[in-house]
Amino acid sequence: MLPSLVVVAIFLIVPSVEALMQSLRLVDPFTGRGIFVGLSNFQELLASAEYRHSILVSVVFAGLATVLGLAVSLGLALLVSQPVWGAGTYRTALLWPYALSPAVAGAIWGLVFDPSAGPVTYALYGLTGVRLNWMVDGNLALGVVTLAAVWKMLGYNIVFFLAGLQAIPPDLLEAASVDGASAWKRFWAVRFPLLSPVTFFLLIMNTLQAFFENFGLIDVLTQGGPARATDILVYKLYRDGFVNVQWGLASAQSLALFVMVAVLTVLQFRYAGRRVFYS
Amino acid sequence: MRTEAQVAGPAGQVISARQPPARPRRSARPVLRVRRAFSQGALQLALITAVVVVAFPVVYGAIVSTQAFQDLFSIPPRLTPGEATLQNYAAAWRKANMGPLLVNSTIISVATALGKIVLSLLAAFAFAYFRDFRGKTLFFVTILITHMLPLPVRIVPTYQLMQTLGWVDSYYALTIPFFASATGTLLFRQFFLTVPPSLSEAARIDGAGPLRFLVQILLPLSLNNIAALFMVEFVYMWNQYLWPLIVTTSQEMRVVQIGIKVLVAADAQAEWNVIMAGVMIAMIPPLLVVLALQRTFVRSLSLGTEK
Repeated sequence: MLPSLVVVAIFLIVPSVEALMQSLRLVDPFTGRGIFVGLSNFQELLASAEYRHSILVSVVFAGLATVLGLAVSLGLALLVSQPVWGAGTYRTALLWPYALSPAVAGAIWGLVFDPSAGPVTYALYGLTGVRLNWMVDGNLALGVVTLAAVWKMLGYNIVFFLAGLQAIPPDLLEAASVDGASAWKRFWAVRFPLLSPVTFFLLIMNTLQAFFENFGLIDVLTQGGPARATDILVYKLYRDGFVNVQWGLASAQSLALFVMVAVLTVLQFRYAGRRVFYS
Repeated sequence: MRTEAQVAGPAGQVISARQPPARPRRSARPVLRVRRAFSQGALQLALITAVVVVAFPVVYGAIVSTQAFQDLFSIPPRLTPGEATLQNYAAAWRKANMGPLLVNSTIISVATALGKIVLSLLAAFAFAYFRDFRGKTLFFVTILITHMLPLPVRIVPTYQLMQTLGWVDSYYALTIPFFASATGTLLFRQFFLTVPPSLSEAARIDGAGPLRFLVQILLPLSLNNIAALFMVEFVYMWNQYLWPLIVTTSQEMRVVQIGIKVLVAADAQAEWNVIMAGVMIAMIPPLLVVLALQRTFVRSLSLGTEK
């Protein structure tokens, strides 16, 4: 109880104080000195329509990738957790994309969805008669990026869901089964509630992952385009800071991201507990 | 939690405690046997479909990496290996300058993994062995906070520090900022806390200093953890993209991941066969590490959220 309180307090207070102190300063790119500028960094950031658009893209992307990713992985984890012949092999066969880098994933998904050479494009054309140019339409491009992100996290999510499923005492399911609960009902009434700590942990981890670890994917696949449709916050930070060399703007964005991570981390420690995290 | 109580209700408890529900025996009821075989078949089918769908992008990429450029546009898409394997891999190697890139990636991945292991062993030892020192909790929490922050969050100050130190475009910039590891510190600390205090007392009586105790006693006991950490950190570093992109400026310091970007951006009409050859070269080392040490990998996934 006390340790977790301490951690929550420190994760909440220390980053907030630190972020606040830094956000009131503006670092001069030539002298490297900080000047006190009050809240103008944040004001400028929030006033920028481009930044708000970037927030929206990030939230949509992270939300879709997380929800879709968790749903698919839970389904697959349920399948693999059955007493099925060759379960171990299937587990490995579903796990390995996690070892691939975001850049590798980006290139491979770029090929699969290529407007002229991509097999998915071809298959959809065969089925519907529509030839889609994925990388020209903003929504489609975001969809491809989301699918790639979901695919990359499958292995990670399945491992944790499996661990969660295996921790459920078989007695409970047996009892429910004896009481006449169908497989569907057993899932929603027994397994799903008991999985909620794992699900919550994965919810946070997937959100963090979507926000912060997909830079390579997007840089290889779309460069934030078309027309900034896949311009997630990290990509915008990179563009403003390291392409257009606007340090003030980039620092402020850094701090905004910092606050988001702090909030997610606190939520994580508060509700999922440290047990899931470090065990 | 309420649901648990409901389901396990009185009826369930009685049955499972006193009289385990009679499970249908395999040979007893032919109908059940058929049903079981059927559900086993359906499961297999579902799982095989899932595996095929998940593997398809990479397998297709591997196939394309063997095909000639014009094969890419055959209708329907060609799903069989082609005859241009050597040309493609040679072209990718030449175009992206793969040799030096692979050397760089290997150097920074091994160096970072080793650096993290040494530093986190020392830090964890300090936290576990010296049970009380001033500001212990503060130190510990500081380590936790700092290194659970994803890289993008601290990328601007870190880059500016590299500029100040004059480390931009050097191995220092590619490795040292990654050295401190909350994951490793937590892992080793947890393990060291399970070592009985009598062991360290015995060592002290025999005249062994703390460092000697660490190297001669704790280190051999930690080999499994060290191997797991090495693997996770190697893969993590090998797959880094954003930081190497920013902090290197010259051709000679580029890493494999950036090589992929170079290949993708090389031509207006993407030469997917050459790009895929490059992708295969870049993805094989971490994939081998993970598949070879699969069980350790699964165990260490919980550490793999490393930032």
